[in-house]
Amino acid sequence: MSSPEKKWKTVESGPHSYEEALHPVVRKNYGKWKYHEIPKPGVLKHVALSGDAIYTVRAGTPRQDTVDMLRRLCDVADKYSDGYLRFTVRNNVEFLTPNEANVEPMIRELEAMGFPVGGTGMCVSSVSHTQGWLHCDIPATDASGVVKSMMDTLYNEFRGMEMPNKVRLSTSCCAINCGGQADIAVVVKHTRPPRINHDHLATICELPKAVARCPVAAIRPTVINGKKSLMVDEEKCICCGACFGACPAMEINHPEHSKFAIWVGGKNSNARSKPSTMSIVAHNLPNNPPRWPEVTDVIGKILTAYKEGGRPWERVGEWINRIGWKRFFEETGLTFDDDMIDSYRHARTTFNQSAHVRF
Amino acid sequence: MEGAQKAASDEVIHGKDGGNGKFLNPTPMLDELEKGPWPSFISGFKELAERTEKPMLRGVMDQLEYSYNTKMGYWKGGLVTVDGYGAGVITRYSMIKDKFPEATEFHTMRIQPAPGLHYNTEMLRGLCDTWEKYGSGIITLHGQTGDIMLQGIEQDKVQECFDELNQAGWDLGGAGAGMRTAVSCIGPGRCENACYDDLKAHLKLLKHFVGPLHRPEWNYKIKLKFSGCPNDCTNAIMRSDLAVIGTWKDAIQIEPEEVTAWVEKNGTDALVNQVINLCPTKAISLKDGEMVIDSRDCVRCMHCLNVMPKALSPGNERGISLLMGGKNTLKVGVNMGSLIVPFMKMESDEDMDEFIELVEGIIDWWDDNGLDHERIGETIERVGLKLFLEGVGLEANINMVTRPRDNPYFKAKY
Repeated sequence: MSSPEKKWKTVESGPHSYEEALHPVVRKNYGKWKYHEIPKPGVLKHVALSGDAIYTVRAGTPRQDTVDMLRRLCDVADKYSDGYLRFTVRNNVEFLTPNEANVEPMIRELEAMGFPVGGTGMCVSSVSHTQGWLHCDIPATDASGVVKSMMDTLYNEFRGMEMPNKVRLSTSCCAINCGGQADIAVVVKHTRPPRINHDHLATICELPKAVARCPVAAIRPTVINGKKSLMVDEEKCICCGACFGACPAMEINHPEHSKFAIWVGGKNSNARSKPSTMSIVAHNLPNNPPRWPEVTDVIGKILTAYKEGGRPWERVGEWINRIGWKRFFEETGLTFDDDMIDSYRHARTTFNQSAHVRF
Repeated sequence: MEGAQKAASDEVIHGKDGGNGKFLNPTPMLDELEKGPWPSFISGFKELAERTEKPMLRGVMDQLEYSYNTKMGYWKGGLVTVDGYGAGVITRYSMIKDKFPEATEFHTMRIQPAPGLHYNTEMLRGLCDTWEKYGSGIITLHGQTGDIMLQGIEQDKVQECFDELNQAGWDLGGAGAGMRTAVSCIGPGRCENACYDDLKAHLKLLKHFVGPLHRPEWNYKIKLKFSGCPNDCTNAIMRSDLAVIGTWKDAIQIEPEEVTAWVEKNGTDALVNQVINLCPTKAISLKDGEMVIDSRDCVRCMHCLNVMPKALSPGNERGISLLMGGKNTLKVGVNMGSLIVPFMKMESDEDMDEFIELVEGIIDWWDDNGLDHERIGETIERVGLKLFLEGVGLEANINMVTRPRDNPYFKAKY
């Protein structure tokens, strides 16, 4: 919007500068850290080559925050960490202070305000997730609500450090999976082809773009009632919803037929095993707001089995690699079915090309 | 307040306080998300709405409650931006504004945070004040690409809001087919494993590419992420087209006394079971009771350093590995990034300029060879890694593959 009275000339500055956002002790010891310890859940102690130490208190947030909430976090930072705070990629807030005596009062105050202190070491940290019904234009669900429901059941796991290794979770409102690869992920799975609005399609969509978007070439141009439109070969369609992003007249979301799938074994770190993508272990779960109990139930089963059976430092995927998928399904009580056999490109690389069998 | 909202009568028990005279209409489904110990975003929204009485917040809560009942979303996109920019504002119009007129517009402004997601309270309070003045007061920290997301503003307030934010040092983030906002880990700000100054690299690279970030004109998006070490806390390999991962070339530094102290505390079983046996390349052995790492076998995975942070540190010859092509499902399936540059120095400004030059060459090649809506990893997969390397002038390196080809059908230049 051009405003005629505009006086300020835009500075294309890119990211905000960071130096003034670093605690003076951080600035002094920048790049000169020696080691760290985790004195207790939610607290990190980093020691610099200079001998300086800085304590971090980490707490969970809802991610969908408000100015009121952030001002309260600023109050905590002003009181206990000299006015400095930061966030992690898993939406946790961190307060860095060189003053060890501030740690316990800060924990008490954060917890009293409703922010759980934890998210460190061998814990279930908070969930990387998507926007959902609150803001997205193609969501089948509300990730924030799923995450809140899930983290209510994992509250103690966030505040403890009793898992074999860290557990990273994600939640996504469509099959694009913006939440990302994770140890355990909750991702929407559409089960029906898009429903096409032929009256509007040609006026709101670029037909070639929608055709090109389909990964299995199931979309073809057609004419319906004298109007240009598109048709979907429903035999070929894999219900991915890619076309819906390009063409809002190809509605993929459905209140009943958009379901949930649970995926496990994703890992982003290079530690020990290479980064890995996830495998599906449950699907056809209902999209059941406001608390999604069927989803939290499956997450609980997987985490209970992993906590019980994982060895120190094994991530979920590494635990499964050791015990095998057969035992994974036995110990979690989930059921393997033929839809879980990959049928997409490179499917053959997931077949067992050996005589290695687990009984 | 008009339309459906009128239906809410004062007698209706509302919210957990159950009181009358509330600004918000009843939201019984959403109220279920106020239960339980984890901090509730719904409680936050309600607190904000009752304090500020912004009609947009009531409309959005009504529409969200409606979504929870119908299990469908009701936002559609559009085109809103600021002077001179072609991206950065995510436009949202309600598809059911007749039902919820207060939710008619609910646009998001993506804002680039400081590298490492560091704040001081002055910055954050200023951001909150400006946002409350022009927008809804709802903020997401942070979006999956790394933006601060200021959610909920009307079109006619966007420019003024941006001008005020811009004066305070904030700039819009990326959207569409251009450079996107980046993410960096805490890096040298706190971590002993940071192998390069990823905060500086983040700032420098994103300032360099600020033009295509604000005025997208490529085939599709490009995401950069910066992790200080192979633990890859920003999930760069999987989530970014260009993953800049700190690493080192020489031997892991060992402090023998600290190894002894670790074994005394944790026991020999732990040394064998949790360190030596978990090394993916069996690079660690015991010689006369002393822990020895064969650097030629080490792949810099980080495991032993993670277990013994006091005793082990990355080597001194530090730099970065560049992996390329990470992206999620849309449309041809998940791609992990793969290694393109095994090692580059990233210390001096000249090192960073050289890296920028490389990235520019890569993007130019992709801009020339990629198809519409094709991420760079998909382009490389379609044309072959060999053609990509020729195109950008990089030598083939055995570290780029897990093994040489097993397929004998190929055309060679003999």
